[in-house]
Amino acid sequence: MATTTVNTPVKSPPRRRHGSAGVLFIAPFMVLFLLLFLAPLGYAAYLSLFQERLIGGSTFVGLDNYVTALKDPELLKGIGRVALFFVIQVPVMLLLALCFALALDSGLLRLARVIRLGIFVPYAVPSVIATLMWGYLYGPDFGPFAQISHDLQLPAPHFLSDSWMLGSLANIVTWEFVGYNMIILYAALRTVPGELYEAAAMDGAGAWRIAWSIKLPALRPALTLTLLFSVIGSFQLFNEPKLLMKVAPAVIDSSYTANLYAYSVAFISQQTNYAATVSFILGLVIVIVSYAFLLTANRRRTA
Amino acid sequence: MSGPFFNSPSSLSRRGFLVAAGALSLAACGGGGGGTSGSSSKPVSQADIDKAMKTPTQLTFWTWVPNIDKEVALFEKKYPAVKVKVVNAGQGTPQYTKLRTALKANSGAPDMVQIEFQAIPTFTITDSLLDLRPYGASALKSTFVDWTWGQVSGSGGEIWAIPQDTGPMGMLYRKDIFDQHGIQVPATWDEFAAAARKLHKADPDVYLTNLAANQVAAWHGLLWQAGAKPYVTSGKSDITVSVDDAVSKKLGEYWGTLAKDGVIGVEPDFTDAWYAALNKGKYATWLTGAWGPAFLSGSAKATSGKWRAAPLPQWDAAKPSSGNWGGSTTAVIRSTKNPVQAAVFAQFLNSDPTSAKMFATEQFFFPATKTLLSEPSFLAEAPAFYGGQKVNQIFADISAQVDPAFQWPPFLDRVATDWTETVGKSLADKTDTVRALGSWQSRITTFAKSQGFTVKGG
Repeated sequence: MATTTVNTPVKSPPRRRHGSAGVLFIAPFMVLFLLLFLAPLGYAAYLSLFQERLIGGSTFVGLDNYVTALKDPELLKGIGRVALFFVIQVPVMLLLALCFALALDSGLLRLARVIRLGIFVPYAVPSVIATLMWGYLYGPDFGPFAQISHDLQLPAPHFLSDSWMLGSLANIVTWEFVGYNMIILYAALRTVPGELYEAAAMDGAGAWRIAWSIKLPALRPALTLTLLFSVIGSFQLFNEPKLLMKVAPAVIDSSYTANLYAYSVAFISQQTNYAATVSFILGLVIVIVSYAFLLTANRRRTA
Repeated sequence: MSGPFFNSPSSLSRRGFLVAAGALSLAACGGGGGGTSGSSSKPVSQADIDKAMKTPTQLTFWTWVPNIDKEVALFEKKYPAVKVKVVNAGQGTPQYTKLRTALKANSGAPDMVQIEFQAIPTFTITDSLLDLRPYGASALKSTFVDWTWGQVSGSGGEIWAIPQDTGPMGMLYRKDIFDQHGIQVPATWDEFAAAARKLHKADPDVYLTNLAANQVAAWHGLLWQAGAKPYVTSGKSDITVSVDDAVSKKLGEYWGTLAKDGVIGVEPDFTDAWYAALNKGKYATWLTGAWGPAFLSGSAKATSGKWRAAPLPQWDAAKPSSGNWGGSTTAVIRSTKNPVQAAVFAQFLNSDPTSAKMFATEQFFFPATKTLLSEPSFLAEAPAFYGGQKVNQIFADISAQVDPAFQWPPFLDRVATDWTETVGKSLADKTDTVRALGSWQSRITTFAKSQGFTVKGG
């Protein structure tokens, strides 16, 4: 049956000009791209050039909002904090993801499937739920850690205090995203051709040597990708601090992270225009950091 | 990155809906009260009102009140031509955010909204609410408790909303804990402070109360009780801010010292930990609004029978007073195409005797009408959760002691956040609360000036 269909001579359709067909094919994408991406972005850029006041209405102020924002200590503090968060949290998370991926790929683990699923499951938990859950676990009175410390006559850990908060947030984000990064790295490892391992084994390389000299270099593009996602994720940190704000209002203020600050400016202070400016600057910072990072990664590869 | 600034697509359908609803209405245009001309205070004649109420109309009502369909059904029964679509757009701030977005977009705003007392000036400053005087609302003045009417009245005599429920502040306390430690119910704040020290000394795991470091509404209620006038607006663009005057400093000194000495709790309220604390007896009192008794009996079931109610401790026992925390109103959005029907709805819902009473019996709202607050069957209720105490009677007496002149700032969200980050933070961190009041004052002043207000005081 299959052969008949293959052998049936197909009448070739009349030739069309490639140009018009191409435009038709990309039209749906372009329309959506314009409407859902460029138009809002353009509108936000337009908004960022105005200032609206409760008394006096809206006035065109040119780039004044940008000048204010670049000197705004709250915004700079927020960007500084997420940068610190990035420096601490991302290496820990990626290192863990890498270890898990290598361990799974080594084939030495029992119950590898169960473990893989177990590490990945937190990624399937919505970050809001995850934060609520951790917020409960961190509770200074009735959280399980506090209860255990209480039973052991030890001082309760202050997960939600000023000095611990960034670490507590990093822990939540790590818990959420280790599995996701692990899957990306693990998938990359599975594409390494088996002959390479065989050749290495013939040359007398052990498991560690194979990991270091074959697997890690093979993982470089995937690692770059996960790092890039992490840059964007870290600088846009929002859900976790926004939710923990409720249980630690004296620690997480409305400008704790840059994204949270943009939100507060828009919805608490009703300064939509300035919020658009703050968002643009944050976007710009992310672009610069990502680009700088890609440049160094590529340079190292070619070097 | 730019997501939050744009309206949800669902507003498109609502726009279509509103256009259709507007086309249906015939009488509203003739009444001279439509859309932009809503500010005129020329009364609408009874004949025009009657005519409008017989015209088939669709109204949209944003409210978070559970099961409010029952009260709305009473209205629809009386005015069969007018249909009301009830939409739950979130409670409090989330609803206000959606409302603001819809108002800004000039599309998708409802005809009537649920709005808390303290949020009214935030929406009148943007000219978003309809003055209800032309639609007969002035006649309701004597129906409602004086201070609630003061809350819905504008500086030019406008009536911006109709009160629905209230939260005059009292003190709920654990009788068993008081008895165990030989503590009398404190009548003054001095006695309260002494009791706080005594109790925490006797049992380090128990605190007399929790003043939540994120709850500006409670702070405002306590300021209100102390006789403060933190925000006074005159005209549209003049505001006097005095959140660190002598009265405020007295309050700051008092609570700041208790917090610093660690004899009261300062944890955020309405969190899992806070509910657990109330259930497990970590706090011996809760200073709360009149909605508190019903709320607590639902959230701290494990402690049934152990609680009692009392008035707030007083600064001057000879002149008992209280403040308000919570409660809400029904307001009409100025852009409505059917101002007559919407205004009649707002009045009926809250002043019709059957409807108003239903709020007390179905939703357990604490009433805003004088009739209900003196109705024997309401006052005689003796819930077992409070050991058979007549809790409604206590709060009804408190409601009569609330100062009617307290005002709210026209940018409350910002003021609230600033409080949490200054005064609330000082309580939580055990730092100088009086100094934090100064930071709060200067933050509000700076913001008000940047918004174009002429700021006095401080």
